[in-house]
Amino acid sequence: MSIDLEQFHETFFEESFEGLDIMESGLLELEQGDVDLENINTIFRSAHSIKGGSGTFGFTAVAEFTHDMETLLDQMRNGERQVSASVVDTLLGCVDVLRNMLNAIKDGSEIDADSVADMTNALKGILGEEQSDSPASTEDASSTVAAKGWSVLFKPELDIMKTGNDTVRLLRELNSLAERVEVLVDNESLPPLVEIDPEECYQSWNINLIGGDVSEDDIREVFAWVDDECELKIEPLADAENYTGVERRDDDRRESPAPDRRAIDRRNKPAKATESSSIRVNISKVDELINMVGELVITQSMLSQFGEDEDFNETHIERLKDGLTQLESHTRELQESVMRIRMMPISFAFQRFPRLVHDLSSQFEKKIELIMTGESTELDKTVLEKIGDPLVHLVRNSLDHGIEAPDVRVKNGKSETGTIELSAYHQGGNIVIEIKDDGAGLNKSKILDKAKQNGLISQDERLTDDQIYDLIFRPGFSTADVVSDVSGRGVGMDVVRRNIRELGGMVEVKSTPGEGSVFTIRLPLTLAILDGQLVGIGEETYILPVISIIESLQVKPECINAVAGNAEVYRLREEYIPIVRLYQIFGIEPKSKVLNEGLLVVVEAEGKKIAIFVDDLLGQQQVVIKSLKTNFKKVEGLSGATILGDGTVALIIDIAELIDLYQKDMARAVVSIKGGGLAA
Amino acid sequence: MSVTAEDISQQDADKEFKELLTFFLAGEEYGVDILRVQEIKGWDSVTNIPNTPEYIRGVINIRGSIVPIIDMRLRFNLEKREYDATTVVIVLNVMSNGHADRTMGVVVDAVSDVYNIPINDVKPSPDFGTAVDTEFVTGLATIDEKMIIVLNIDHMLNAAELAVIDKIES
Repeated sequence: MSIDLEQFHETFFEESFEGLDIMESGLLELEQGDVDLENINTIFRSAHSIKGGSGTFGFTAVAEFTHDMETLLDQMRNGERQVSASVVDTLLGCVDVLRNMLNAIKDGSEIDADSVADMTNALKGILGEEQSDSPASTEDASSTVAAKGWSVLFKPELDIMKTGNDTVRLLRELNSLAERVEVLVDNESLPPLVEIDPEECYQSWNINLIGGDVSEDDIREVFAWVDDECELKIEPLADAENYTGVERRDDDRRESPAPDRRAIDRRNKPAKATESSSIRVNISKVDELINMVGELVITQSMLSQFGEDEDFNETHIERLKDGLTQLESHTRELQESVMRIRMMPISFAFQRFPRLVHDLSSQFEKKIELIMTGESTELDKTVLEKIGDPLVHLVRNSLDHGIEAPDVRVKNGKSETGTIELSAYHQGGNIVIEIKDDGAGLNKSKILDKAKQNGLISQDERLTDDQIYDLIFRPGFSTADVVSDVSGRGVGMDVVRRNIRELGGMVEVKSTPGEGSVFTIRLPLTLAILDGQLVGIGEETYILPVISIIESLQVKPECINAVAGNAEVYRLREEYIPIVRLYQIFGIEPKSKVLNEGLLVVVEAEGKKIAIFVDDLLGQQQVVIKSLKTNFKKVEGLSGATILGDGTVALIIDIAELIDLYQKDMARAVVSIKGGGLAA
Repeated sequence: MSVTAEDISQQDADKEFKELLTFFLAGEEYGVDILRVQEIKGWDSVTNIPNTPEYIRGVINIRGSIVPIIDMRLRFNLEKREYDATTVVIVLNVMSNGHADRTMGVVVDAVSDVYNIPINDVKPSPDFGTAVDTEFVTGLATIDEKMIIVLNIDHMLNAAELAVIDKIES
């Protein structure tokens, strides 16, 4: 029987990466002085599963490497070794190496042998330090090379096969070790055929390994998985050369050694980096879904009865309406349940931060405490995957630029240890992630100087505080004096903003000098559905995200002010908001160009407000977002399209991009006025 | 007399055939590989996309996906014509890098016919004589004394269309 092991690879990788994450967080907890036996056990178990899995799938390099880690962890578990910072650091390093190895295997690329060797040496170094007297240590064993051969008595327990072990596999493994292998099977305890339980193992084996540099440990390694389910005696052969007294049962096997099928598989199929990703879903969510579908089927059959009814009359209409209402609510619930399947807790994105902060704080010689709250807040898997990098960037920034060096902090009357707070929570239909530090805050004058120097703003421009802080998100902006390898290359914050915008979210910063800064990211719960406000302009229908709408109002002519002839602003409660005539920007023929015949929709994105002039408000509904990119291209000012109830397509406006478009339009207008003036 | 499978394979060995769907555009007949045609539908209203070239008429909904519609007359700088009863939208699968990745619709005056022609009969086009930019043309084929311009839709609907749009974006 052959099973295609490759089908399990994806699961193995997924589980292994999960295991690595568990090990990492466990190790970081250890480091914080919590030497909890249960914790060490958890780490050990993860390492053990990775070792087992990689052994099964033939990733020997990984298995060997993990074995060394396991030895060290085992010592820690048994209290033979003190948990020291250096040991933990080494193990953390091992986790990294292991992750790289697994990634390399997954992508089918070469494993970085140097880093593996370095780490193995570091491990062996630690293991060798105090343990040289222990015969079981790898250090020792690898130096003990068997002179001539070994005699192995392998007597498995009856139910060894029930635990998924295969004795043939073990023998085959032994066969690959030595030059010559002689196997004598002892089947005395084999019962008569009628009494045989095919799932039990009745034989035992006497195996002689002759020649080849085989150490006792190599042999023990083969039996590592079964050593508590068998009787195992390993003795050096007295005189291997002359030893011939064994029936050569193994000959056939040896002459045509079963080729390692996995090795062949790997040779034939060049590993492809599979793009398909999977998702793990809580069973309760699936049950819920099945219930919903059940309800839906009942409603459907109820409704279809009406269609079959010959004499359709008034009384039916009421019931039909009821049925439709039910159908609607079921559809909505079903939709929500399906959405929930894609929802994952944000802890998946957060879990890498303890490690990051640990590494970076030692690199920058800063003392930092990381506080995380709201890790169970759920958001869409796609959003979750894409928010990771921007978050890393922001946390690094806070750590590098925000938090001051310990001595500076003490001088400013703060505690030596800085804090970075990561929190996530729901607000309205959005998820909000905050990265808050109690560092020095953004340096306004430095930002202004830099912006002027880079030509982002003109010399005499006057900006509000928020506008100044917003400059850091502009392309080509960095205030770091020294470009470090984590931040300061000026490609950071604009990329952060762009990535977040791509997810339909926004990022803002608030800062108080001397007290710290808060970066606030707002993201839609899902990328698939949006609460939309339908607006009409001429013949067209556009959709504005309800979330960015502040209010809609009828125009009072006395509140309109013209600025410099062509820009218009609307005075709303002591605030001046630019009026954006959407028909101008999108080149459409509106019903009316007179402001007080239409409506203004005041919207906000990234701290900027505009009032969009539209003909009509048409209603609100949830819309399914369809990408324009699938068959076409990204269009500036639009985040996508949707299909309305009547089957027509309506375009969804991206407020932040619309503001950009408007500003560009204005800039062009200004240029043309200036140009015209000169010509005249 | 029936044609046996053997006959057909014999035929295949001699000549490779290609089926073309042809359509009219300003009096000329154009052909596209029929395997790329997803469907043919009558002209219906579209949703305009702002800030795109005029020949991109807009987008429509084809069974839940948003498909852009391109007017071939405008694309080839031909004279505008009111859409009428024969005006159709041919929905095509456009390939790039060897796999189908976009669906697009093109508006043409009318569909004409389906021809089965040997690939070898498609001759490279001379550098003049059609309103269509020769870079979009795979070649010319002659059927019953008629000339058919065989279009390279991948080139036409990928490189050119999108390049123009890119320019506008930047």
